[in-house]
Amino acid sequence: MTEPTAVTKKTEEAARSEAALLPPVDVIEDAGGITLYADLPGVPKDKLSLQIDADTLTLEGEISLDMPEGMEATHAEVSRPRYRRTFTLSKELDSGKVSAEFNHGVLKLRIPKAEHAQPRRIEVKVA
Amino acid sequence: MYYGSLFPRDLFAELDRLQRDMQQAFEFFPSIRGLARGGFPAMNVGSTPKSVEIYVFAPGIDPSAIDVQVERGVLTIAGERKAEEIPEQATVHIDERYAGRFRRVVTLPDDADANAIGAKYRDGVLHISVPRKEAAQPRRIAIQ
Repeated sequence: MTEPTAVTKKTEEAARSEAALLPPVDVIEDAGGITLYADLPGVPKDKLSLQIDADTLTLEGEISLDMPEGMEATHAEVSRPRYRRTFTLSKELDSGKVSAEFNHGVLKLRIPKAEHAQPRRIEVKVA
Repeated sequence: MYYGSLFPRDLFAELDRLQRDMQQAFEFFPSIRGLARGGFPAMNVGSTPKSVEIYVFAPGIDPSAIDVQVERGVLTIAGERKAEEIPEQATVHIDERYAGRFRRVVTLPDDADANAIGAKYRDGVLHISVPRKEAAQPRRIAIQ
């Protein structure tokens, strides 16, 4: 008999490169920036990590469920205890001004465009 | 496509299977590795000698809008997830998250106590705990 908690613990200790679930996302772009929604069900707020390293955005979350002692999994569609997904940001995005909301397992990220990249009207001068 | 028996032994299981097939044929499930099997919401089921624990991964839903029903040993979880509002003149680059109505069905074991089912929604996961009936729980018999 295996104990699920022991399995979870072992996975946590394992290397960072270990396989993770790919969370589904929606990415919507408007004139002011990009909005990203990601489904991360089962991740408490303190187990969610967002990282921006140069132009790479990494979302990572660990699933934590209330499991009664001695529970044996009989059917698992969410088969790994973590989510991870990486995106490459383009240059016109202002990674210093990212705002995030996390509610009921849905992450909403807003990445505005840098001011110099906002759409502008160019005036045509007559010489 | 289907090579089933003409006289299915378990009619309910057959209906259940048929419903699942229909659902898969008519609904669009975004193919996200690991989450797509069985559609939205993904489900994990576990069991202990005292209960059956069901975890339904349904993020971003108002808990009061989830309908959980038990009838004749069949548990049904249904609801709707609304699509995010897209501002005018915006471009959708990736669209993978499920939106729309959903329904999933679980057949409970015979010893499940349908009157004592508890459900909690936390971090986008609906956790349904179905206790087993007292009489069905393993007991130690004292030898006199």
